Amino acid sequence: MSQAFEPVFTRRYAVENAHLLEVAERHGAYQMARKALAMDPGAVTEEVKKSNIRGRGGAGFPTGMKWGFLNPKPDERVYLVINADESEPGTFKDRSIMEKDPHKLIEGILIACHAMRSECCYIYVRGELPFCITALEKAIGEARQKGYVGDNVLGTGKKIDIFVHRGAGAYICGEETALLNSLEGRRGEPRLKPPFPAVKGAFGMPTIVNNVESIASVPDILELGGEKWSSLSRLPKDGGSRLYGVSGHVKNPGIFEAPVGITLRELIYDYAGGMLDESRPLKAVVPGGSSTPILRPDRTVNAPNPEHPLHAWHGKSEIDVPMGVDTYRALGTMLGTTCAIVMDSSVNMVEACRNLMRFYKHESCGQCTPCREGTGWLVDLLNQLCEGRASEGDVATLVDVANNMMGNTICAFAEGTAMPLLGFVRQFPDEFMAAAKRGVGNARLDASVRTLVAGRAA
Amino acid sequence: MAFALSPDREQRVNEIIGRYPTKRASVLPLLWLCQEQNGWISADVIEFVAHRLELSTAVVKGVVTFYTMLFEHPVAPNVVWVCRTLSCDLRGGKTIQEHLEKRFGCHAGGTSKDGKFTLLKAECLAACGYAPMVQINNEFHENLTTEKLDRVIDEIAARTPDQRSKRDVTTEKEQHA
Ligand SMILES: Cc1cc2nc3c(=O)[nH]c(=O)nc-3n(C[C@H](O)[C@H](O)[C@H](O)COP(=O)(O)O)c2cc1C
Ligand code: SF4
Ligand code: FES
Repeated sequence: MSQAFEPVFTRRYAVENAHLLEVAERHGAYQMARKALAMDPGAVTEEVKKSNIRGRGGAGFPTGMKWGFLNPKPDERVYLVINADESEPGTFKDRSIMEKDPHKLIEGILIACHAMRSECCYIYVRGELPFCITALEKAIGEARQKGYVGDNVLGTGKKIDIFVHRGAGAYICGEETALLNSLEGRRGEPRLKPPFPAVKGAFGMPTIVNNVESIASVPDILELGGEKWSSLSRLPKDGGSRLYGVSGHVKNPGIFEAPVGITLRELIYDYAGGMLDESRPLKAVVPGGSSTPILRPDRTVNAPNPEHPLHAWHGKSEIDVPMGVDTYRALGTMLGTTCAIVMDSSVNMVEACRNLMRFYKHESCGQCTPCREGTGWLVDLLNQLCEGRASEGDVATLVDVANNMMGNTICAFAEGTAMPLLGFVRQFPDEFMAAAKRGVGNARLDASVRTLVAGRAA
Repeated sequence: MAFALSPDREQRVNEIIGRYPTKRASVLPLLWLCQEQNGWISADVIEFVAHRLELSTAVVKGVVTFYTMLFEHPVAPNVVWVCRTLSCDLRGGKTIQEHLEKRFGCHAGGTSKDGKFTLLKAECLAACGYAPMVQINNEFHENLTTEKLDRVIDEIAARTPDQRSKRDVTTEKEQHA
């Protein structure tokens, strides 16, 4: 195992009862909040900028820069809203923070609120995570009792309140403006941008929406200093260590902390223990949540031009490119949430694609015609392909429908649907053509594990 | 019959409303509070919430219909959500669903013959690394085999009605029954 990496973010994960304030505090919690609240707010934001942290919610936007967009009018309240909607298929990382180290998030919130001069934070947690809600409520209660949250934070006279808001089941509420509508008691439908939340967000006020992990990283950034924290990463302009997840056909699925810039190969073979069954090799990986286009270990990077950002990996496997926001964009996929879905040779890619497209059809909020109709068409076409009722021309139609969804909608959901669809077809054209000829028979995604799941105890 | 909250829940209403700058923002928290008591969102519940927050019933209903976890029809005392998104399906999600359908004698979307369980399909529940999984009421059951799942279902089926109040998140009363 190449895990020489000393945990930073997950330091307290192994500590028993670290969810209790007293235990967390014995292991360092709230020291950085004390330090930060005595600092100039602008200096805190500067440190976050220096850390080069890119948002951990999927889009990879620089967090420090986002905070810098705030420019409230004198009579405006600023809100911090934490995105704990964690609903992108394949993604299960933020949950571990709320369950194992909720005080890390609360401390991050105190520091961030101070930096953006906000007195109020809402944590929007997806409705299906009641145990995370209970854990956060308890931790906030403890912190409030100790005077760390409330009207006189850490004796500084500053006011910072934190409330948990429970969602009720809708993937789209992870999109930041849908989340704000949901928080305000409306249907969780995305809003047209601009105005961006930093100008007009929650309750019409300037608002920063950040992912759980982004904010929970802030105490570490202050502790190490922005530059040193940034250098935990193997890449420039994309700092720190982060949480990775692995699910699917590996020996040890789970959550791992590692530097930004490790490769998928390391993640799968060093961290997650390699393939579940060596007789069924790796066929493909969805690298960072279901919206990120799929990669193949047997496809190589084509970047002969020395100017190309991936030139250093020219001729190497796609899974040997370091996982970073910019490197992955150059590769034609996205870094997303760095939670990878690993598939072995037993998987039919048309069936896998159909599984994800059903998800998107179910979750489209329906405001925009290309998205509402497009997701339905994609599923209909994939059903026909899988069931052997299609012709080869239908594969082209599939691509056509996906292309027409992009750039024509209110939010990025439509791209997040079309891009992975196009990725599946681009990477596995033969399988789509084969399905067009004779369907996928009774291919099952769980073909390789059925005897493990049914019949015998694990 | 008009809906009313139990006294302990009623006590929480004003505190919840006080968390937000607008009354409307309390609509989801109040709907949760009501569903935890009532089991589902009936027309009476919608009227109650609309009245308390000075909203029209149409607005409240519009919110209810948007979210999959707010039930517009009565459900069994226990709700089983089986995750069928990719990571789970790669590790046996379909096998788990088939097993439950056989055991309950109903299809996903229906209620078991004994009336104790409603079986629903779910989209990714943020447990992908611990697949296959189901959510039953407020709890996740992960890394399942059909045997392990049977033991869980047996245990829940044997519960008495007052042990079943495991749905309360808002009142934090749920702790292990
Ligand atoms: C369809 C859709 C779903 C999203 N779901 C989530 C989510 O579950 N969690 C999350 O943190 N961000 C999600 N995002 C990204 C948010 O819109 C937003 O970019 C993010 O919360 C910003 O936080 P960050 O900059 O700290 O990453 C989603 C975006 C889209 C378009
Ligand atoms: S793109 Fe899809 S999910 Fe986003 S607003 Fe339009 S219809 Fe809704
Ligand atoms: S796919 Fe089932 S929990 Fe994510």
